[in-house]
Amino acid sequence: MKLSTSAQPPAAPDVLVVGGGTAALCAAISARRAGASVVLLEQAPRMQRGGNTRHSRNLRVVHEMSTAFSAGTYSAAEFEADLLRATGGRGDPALTQQLVQASAAIPEWLLAAGVRLQPTTSGVLPVSRKTVFLLGGGMFMLNALYDTAARLGVIIRYDAGVTALRFSDRHLEQAWVGQEVLRPRTAILCSGGAQADQAWLERSWGAAARGFINRGTPFAKATLLASMPRQGIMLTGDPGAAYLVAVDARYPNADGGIVTRIRCMPLGIVVDATGQRRHDESGDTASTRYALWGQRLATWPRQTGYLILDAAGMRDAPPSLYPPLLADSLDALAMRLQIPYAALAATLERYNTAIISAGDAPETWRTERLQPPKSRDARPITEPPFAAYPMRPGITWTYHGVAVDARLRVQRQDGGHIDNLFAAGMIMAPNLLPSGYLSGLAMTIGIVFGCLAGTGAADYARR
Amino acid sequence: MLADDRLETAEWLPEVRRVLQICNVCGYCNGFCDVFDAARRRPALHDADLAHLANLCHGCRNCLYACQYAPPHALAVNLPRTLTAMRQHVYRRGIWPTALAGVFQHSGLSTVIVIFAAIACVLGLALLNVPAAMLVRPQQGLGAFYRILPWDTMVLLGALPLAWSSLAIGIGLRRYWRVTRPDSSPVTLAVLGAALYDILILRNLRGGGAGCNDFDHRLSHQRRRLHQTLLTGLLLSFAATLAATIYHHALGWEAPYPVLSLPVLTGTLGGISMAVASAGLLWLTWREDRIPTTRAARQFDHASLLLLSVVAVSGLSLLVWRDTAAMGLLLVVHLGGVLALFLLLPYSKPIHAGYRAIALVIEALEQSRQA
Repeated sequence: MKLSTSAQPPAAPDVLVVGGGTAALCAAISARRAGASVVLLEQAPRMQRGGNTRHSRNLRVVHEMSTAFSAGTYSAAEFEADLLRATGGRGDPALTQQLVQASAAIPEWLLAAGVRLQPTTSGVLPVSRKTVFLLGGGMFMLNALYDTAARLGVIIRYDAGVTALRFSDRHLEQAWVGQEVLRPRTAILCSGGAQADQAWLERSWGAAARGFINRGTPFAKATLLASMPRQGIMLTGDPGAAYLVAVDARYPNADGGIVTRIRCMPLGIVVDATGQRRHDESGDTASTRYALWGQRLATWPRQTGYLILDAAGMRDAPPSLYPPLLADSLDALAMRLQIPYAALAATLERYNTAIISAGDAPETWRTERLQPPKSRDARPITEPPFAAYPMRPGITWTYHGVAVDARLRVQRQDGGHIDNLFAAGMIMAPNLLPSGYLSGLAMTIGIVFGCLAGTGAADYARR
Repeated sequence: MLADDRLETAEWLPEVRRVLQICNVCGYCNGFCDVFDAARRRPALHDADLAHLANLCHGCRNCLYACQYAPPHALAVNLPRTLTAMRQHVYRRGIWPTALAGVFQHSGLSTVIVIFAAIACVLGLALLNVPAAMLVRPQQGLGAFYRILPWDTMVLLGALPLAWSSLAIGIGLRRYWRVTRPDSSPVTLAVLGAALYDILILRNLRGGGAGCNDFDHRLSHQRRRLHQTLLTGLLLSFAATLAATIYHHALGWEAPYPVLSLPVLTGTLGGISMAVASAGLLWLTWREDRIPTTRAARQFDHASLLLLSVVAVSGLSLLVWRDTAAMGLLLVVHLGGVLALFLLLPYSKPIHAGYRAIALVIEALEQSRQA
């Protein structure tokens, strides 16, 4: 069967998939393979399809033995322990179990769907035991999954954002796309978080939300999520929680992805707009360190911080999207940054004189009798020119979504569920990830629950 | 993004640097080819680095379709197009003598002019040798070709332009090698072997095994296969010429040779490979997405493919109709085509082979040092 994506789509498909990222594609493909007629509605235009998956790189999978795509082993018990640590044990245990168990089958599923993974033997990857890497990253995977979905007969529509859902009691009746009404037998919500919705974020963050830069897709709005409580649907997670990392303040647009991150805090000091240090720049080494800086910046004046380096620090800094702001002297730098010079000079003076540089390895240098301390890598900042990276919090996703049961059916506030509405991906991730971060986890959630929701919805539609 | 007519000039360098700088931060594409790790080894991205990376790029285009920053993204990263323009810039800088840069820049027009001029030149030489009527009369038996154009004239027609072209190519490549080689570490046999292997399997033109984006977002191995078919065809044709020279000189056997002889067999196979591959590559570039390339680069490709088609098809026709009245004119066209090909070598697409071979040797050097 060959169905053109441009053909007039049926207004009453067996399964309607709302969204166009990883979860949506996995749901659509799984439902179609289970025999259902499927319409997928991506609200972005064709060239911006795929949600935050555009920026993904790797995914976390259990593997009991070394494979072509992942070195060593990563047991289910270890994955569960990592999740427990990341979430503080607040994730739904049944969903967590499903995620961990089903993750082992992901590589095979992806390969069968035409997705390419990067073999560890290529020698060009960062060593990763817990995750497998997508060849070419998320965009390349999206190309393969969209092609597979279209080949299987999934009807794909772009520029098609669902604006409203209509329920009768415990049943989804209609999905509205602007003025157009669809009456699917079942639907799967895969429309992601609300990181692009500033008005929505302001409800929790106040004016600080205006200082955020959205690193992810500009299409992740809260339209559907905001309408849910009025319709008796239960939300879960924390409306005030967001995954924030420090990004270059000079790139104000959405979709900045991986390249706008500022990464080399340990090479210098970080000051706020008043010229004060607030945290140990070398205190964190785990992969969560990026998120710590994002959270901190969110509470600072103008949501802005500056990473200050000298010439020596710049020589060791990794490549960055933009070169840092440069000045030959500290007062010129203070002027460029509009920081009071006296405060900045005093901060640097206190820092430089507190350094204990015993031994040749700067990694072991630290400060003494300085608040806050710098516990490692305390290099003097004395060699002009001086440099600064202006930073703001970059929001990647939110931790607020719809509550689902173990079969991914959307739950109602009265304890029941909507029998024909499922959810997968970041819109339901807060059920098992109400806070915290693990690299490659969002992709794993999207694939595992996308597939489960797809087969679940197809089963329901066939009844 | 710069307008197309300003591509391939030095103005393009800041754009190449900007894009590669973003690639060096991102690095998602490092499974496709050697460019990305080579770029990370060169964080300063000097002009010579940009030149090297551009020639290391084989134009598989995977990194455009995989790019989260590709247009319409505000960062507008289009690495294949950027490096294509950079390669053209490098080729132009390597032109010797510089007065002939115009031949390179207007590749379509100059190729057509040179083809016609070369055919006219061969025709003139033939007419100096024989009356016009002889050209349209069937010629048979031993030495038939040389009755149209004497053997030593033919040799001169090949040798003189080849010598000139070798000199011009050599000067350009030598300059390039001196600028881009990392340091004076020796080029060992192992390094050359690794580079040769990369050329034979086109390791950097297969998307890490997945295939290339030859046409659009879908993957294919067409360009790689057609390229190697073309290369094989050229090598077979060269082998045929070599065999014929040995037959003529060492063995004293005069052409035309029988169909089942070594020169005719290899020449026929070579001609068919070249004709099929040129047509295939023309078809491929006709259907390809224009976004990852530039107009000038496409014209550059088309000009040489057209020329190779003329050479291959006229050669095969000569074989088929060598016993008929068409032989004389077919011979003139074929020799004219070969003459044009030889004359244009330093100023047309074949020049990429030298630059890319050097880039692969440098990459092999660096990889062997890392291992």
